[in-house]
Amino acid sequence: MRTSLSYLYLVLTMGFVTYLLRMLPATLLSKKKIPKLFVKFLKFIPAAVLSALLFQGVFIYGGRLNISFYNPLLVASIIAFPIAYKTKNMFATVLAGMGIVMLFNYII
Amino acid sequence: MKTVMQQSKEKNDLIFGIKRAIPIVFGYIPVGFAMGVTASNTGLTPFETGLMSVFVYAGSAQFVAIDMIRSNASFIAIIITTFLVNLRHLLFSASLAPHFQHIKQKLIFIISFFITDESFAVSITDAEQGSLSHSYYLGLYITAYLSWILSTVIGAAFGNLIPDTKALGFDFALPGMFLALLCMQLKNIKFIFVSLISGLLSIILIYLMPGNWNVILAAVIAAVIGVFIDDED
Repeated sequence: MRTSLSYLYLVLTMGFVTYLLRMLPATLLSKKKIPKLFVKFLKFIPAAVLSALLFQGVFIYGGRLNISFYNPLLVASIIAFPIAYKTKNMFATVLAGMGIVMLFNYII
Repeated sequence: MKTVMQQSKEKNDLIFGIKRAIPIVFGYIPVGFAMGVTASNTGLTPFETGLMSVFVYAGSAQFVAIDMIRSNASFIAIIITTFLVNLRHLLFSASLAPHFQHIKQKLIFIISFFITDESFAVSITDAEQGSLSHSYYLGLYITAYLSWILSTVIGAAFGNLIPDTKALGFDFALPGMFLALLCMQLKNIKFIFVSLISGLLSIILIYLMPGNWNVILAAVIAAVIGVFIDDED
């Protein structure tokens, strides 16, 4: 993944895959129907993927599992959670959490 | 030929779309900047960072891809992860399809490129209020798109000037984004249950298998469990 050409090939393929996911249902779905069971499965995918990424990003700190108040990302997540849940605002959540981490690093 | 009334609606829709993009732009600035900084720390140039934003335009997928590039993941693993991380776009696209009915097919090919979590969330809300022309979607989507590209490139170019991004809390930008997006998904107890299963599995699987497959496997297993506990039609 180091050379420029392989990088270009990577982002083009990533873009193509992403574009297909965004374009195909919008252009085709008005004419066809997807199986009910698959719709049900897809319904849970966003929450499941986001949660997996969140847990991995927060509980693994400094390359290992850290479930303690010495993990600034965990502390920030706990405090930012009600903000995220109430406001549903990415901007407010990210900034509040970053502020908490900044404060944490300043104090400890 | 377009009538004067049509032209005036399209112009109004364009301005409305651009206005509705403002909160998305504010959201993309810190996250895009953090993405650029992360990309720069991984060794990507501002040009390479911008290239990814131009072609992929998907925040979480770009973060994950950069993380995988750093850990020398294989090409195919990055593509499959991108596919799975962006799988939710199928749902967004499908939900928007009925609102695109009056829009020309060739314009739908263009508009659908710009569907993200945020642009979807705003546009589905607006579209449910009343019919909107393609101008609205182009105004909203392209404004958000440009702000993402710009903030990631600026982050990659000037991130190195900031000595310690960790002290400034930048390492929370990604989890914070996931946290906010996840909260938008927690519609009822079943979604909360599926999320907890997936989150716990993603951690456990790190210790059970090598590579970056923990997120993919955790999400698929949790979503299948979701199908079994879901009694809605």
